Order: sequence, then structure tokens, then C-alpha cells
Amino acid sequence: MIGKKEYIDLVKETTPKSREVKTLILAFVIGGFICCIGEFIGDMLKLIIKDIGEVTTAQFTSCILIFIGSLLTGLGVYDKIGKVAGAGSIVPITGFANSVVSPAMEFNREGMILGVMSKMFVVAGPIIVSGVTASIAVGVVYFIIGLF
Amino acid sequence: MRKGKHTWTFENKPVIIGSYGIAGPKEGKGPLKEYYDEVLRSDLFGEKTYEKAECKMQFTAIEKAIKKSGKQKEEIDAMFAGDLLNQIVSSAFSARELEIPYLGLYNACSTFAEGLLIASALIANGTLNDATCSTSSHYSTAERQYRYPLELGTQMTPTAQWTVTGAGCVVLSSKGEGVKIEGFTIGRVVDYDVTDTNNMGAAMAPAAAYTLEDHLKETGRTPDYYDMILTGDLGKFGVEMMNKLLLGDGIDVRNIHNDCGMMVFDEKQNVRMGGSGAGCSSLVFSTYVMSKLLDGSIKRLLFMPTGALMSKDSSLQGESIPAIAHAISIEGL
Repeated sequence: MIGKKEYIDLVKETTPKSREVKTLILAFVIGGFICCIGEFIGDMLKLIIKDIGEVTTAQFTSCILIFIGSLLTGLGVYDKIGKVAGAGSIVPITGFANSVVSPAMEFNREGMILGVMSKMFVVAGPIIVSGVTASIAVGVVYFIIGLF
Repeated sequence: MRKGKHTWTFENKPVIIGSYGIAGPKEGKGPLKEYYDEVLRSDLFGEKTYEKAECKMQFTAIEKAIKKSGKQKEEIDAMFAGDLLNQIVSSAFSARELEIPYLGLYNACSTFAEGLLIASALIANGTLNDATCSTSSHYSTAERQYRYPLELGTQMTPTAQWTVTGAGCVVLSSKGEGVKIEGFTIGRVVDYDVTDTNNMGAAMAPAAAYTLEDHLKETGRTPDYYDMILTGDLGKFGVEMMNKLLLGDGIDVRNIHNDCGMMVFDEKQNVRMGGSGAGCSSLVFSTYVMSKLLDGSIKRLLFMPTGALMSKDSSLQGESIPAIAHAISIEGL
């Protein structure tokens, strides 16, 4: 039998790879489409509500997208989109909604507190922690630059 | 009779007097659909949780296999059962309902072979008269335990495998006519430093190759002694790797080898390398393979399910994946 090192090299050499071009194109198109929906919602909000302002528009749009992402997860559609889109449906805010709602649904059977509440952020937890840490770091840098 | 370090053959060959296999809905659309004793319409099987459904599958498989064998539940001396859930609850909870003396086993996806091996050894030496061997797995319970929530929008990597929803059970007896267990080779744990948990085939292939070589060497047989060599859930890539390892040592099994994981699903069913799970080999063996052994199309079978013996935590801690394969030599009619 061949040695471990030779075997690992052989595995690395022959393991089937993801079809990069296809996955990239699908992620780009579907991810882009989700973003277009976001833009559309923002434009509609500006049309409907006068003097809404850029900041409020962005906040409302995010809320609506999170709602849509959560609803599609609950209906069992989002995971099917994810199978095709990959990062295209993970990166937009709808993907974040999916990553919170899906464990909440999954662990519903273990009860409200130790199931839903404690498991809700198993997937999204690292994203929140790194997001908060990054914003603190940026804040500190921004503060120091402001001193000069 | 002992044949070398890892292999034993029996003089009083234990007989498989009954078998039963239950498949999930996706498996029920696969190439072996006509062979299953029962196909579930819903993968919840009328229960509230997937864990309960898996337990009910295994319970039903054991109960119906005993019924098919013509025995009574009370006549069974021991049940050997295992599954993939933490603390093998599907098996233990089935045993709670069945009230048969219970021995819970864990060898990951090769648990069914471990059960067959221990049960047949105890029957052949006269300790037990009748015993059942069963395993189960469920896609939805395995996903949540080993991977992600079901509704999370992730993609399967190219070498990933799909956990089979299914359960299989066989009843072994010291007396009777039928398919006989001729001997076995106990596998050793082999680790070739594969760390990718989405490439279990590559991690398990060396274990399968080792066990097969041990078996052939110690019995003095060549691969053509067998009509079929059947691995459990190596999947397409694992089989490719196993063949490369064996060919390197001058053993060619390509024309008689098959893999339960590759048989249970169609390529169109989007399962990447094929099926996997403790229920994969037991389901295919208890249904399709048993029918082929009984109708005489397979006379001599070497059944060799493989198992990957890591846990989610061990992988996160950077450990590689140790693997095992047991070989069981079976004689058809």
C-alpha cells in the first residue's frame, strides 16, 4: 500500500473540483438580482413616502429584505435558492435572515429557551461577532485620524 | 476457525432467516425502489420530530424482520443495533419498545457489519440461537447533527454525500436454511490523514483496501472467489481511490465491485458522490442484496461496509478522519 503522503497528494490531485465559472456566474446573477430587488424597494419607498431621506430608505429596505428572506426560509424556498446561487444568496442581507431563521426553525423542537433562543445564532453568531469587532476597529481608526 | 490475525471462518454457519428494509421518500425514487419492503411517503413517518421518525423506522424494520423470519419477539436472544445519532438513541429507543436484550454498537457507517460480525460469531459458537442486527440513518437528523440546519441555503461540495434515510434489519439464527454467513475479517482503524469531512470517501478508501487485502491474504483467496465485493458508502470518489490503492498492490476488483452508496441513488438525484450513512448499507443489504442472494444470482459475497470514525468536535480540533471497514463473507443459495 502506498504511504500517507503519496495518498494525500493523489487525493488532492484527483478530487473533483467545483465548476468555478458556472458557480461564479450563478452567484453573480442571482446575488445581483436580489440587490436589484433591494434597489427597486428603495426607489418605490422614495416614490410612496415623500421626504423619506436616504438613511430611512436604507433602513426600511433592509427591514423589508430581511422579512422576505425570513418568509422564504419559513416557506422552505430559500434553501433551494441557496443550492443554485451559493454565495449569491448568502452575502445579501436576505442570506443573513436565512442564517438566523433556519436554526430557529430547526431547534424549535428542543423548546423555546434552550432550543430556539440559544441556537438561533449558531450560524449567524460568527458574522455578528466579526461585524461588531470590525466596526469597533474602524471606529478607533476613524477617531485617531480625526485627532490630526 | 481462526485464519490469521483478523479473519475467522465458521463451521456452524449462522443463517439469515429474515430481513426487512425501510426506505425514505427520496430513496424510494432511486434505482432500487422495487426491492424495498416499505417506502415512506413522508420522512417524518407520522412523528413530530425526525429523530422520532428514525427511531420508528428502525423499530419497524426490526419488528417486521422478526415477523418475516417466522420467529416470535420473545425467541430473539439479543438485538445488535446502532445508528449515527449521539448516544445511538434510535437504537436504544427501539430496544426500549421491543424489550429484547440489547447491545448497542457504534462503528459509524460500518455498524451494520459490526453487528453481523458479533452476532454471527456468538451464534456460531453456540452462545446465542437467534439475534437481530439493524442500523438506521436519517438525512434530516444527520444534517443537523453533523452539518447545518435544513433550511440554510448552502451548497454541497463536489465530494459530499447524501445521508440515506432508511433502516434495515436481518435476523440471524443457528438453524434453518438460507443465506449463510461463512466468516469475517475484523477491520483495523486506518488513518491516512484526510481532514476534509466533505470527502469521506477518500478518508475511508484506505480502510477498505486494508481490510480486503487482509481478508484475501489470510483466507488465501483471490478476488474472483467472490461474485460480488460490496462496500457500504465509499461513494464514487471513494471507490475510485480504493481501486487505485488496490491496483497499486496488483489487486483488481473493478468488475466485481459495487458500492451501496452508489446503488441507492440515481446520478440525477443530485447527491454528488452517492449515499452514505449507517442505514445505507443495511437498507441495501436487507433488501436488494438479500433478494439476489436468495435467487442465486450472487453465490459468494464479500460485504464490506466502511465507517468514518470522527466527530464534529474532533474535526474542528484539527484531527484527521480515522476509518474502518469490516468484511463479511456470505454464501447465497
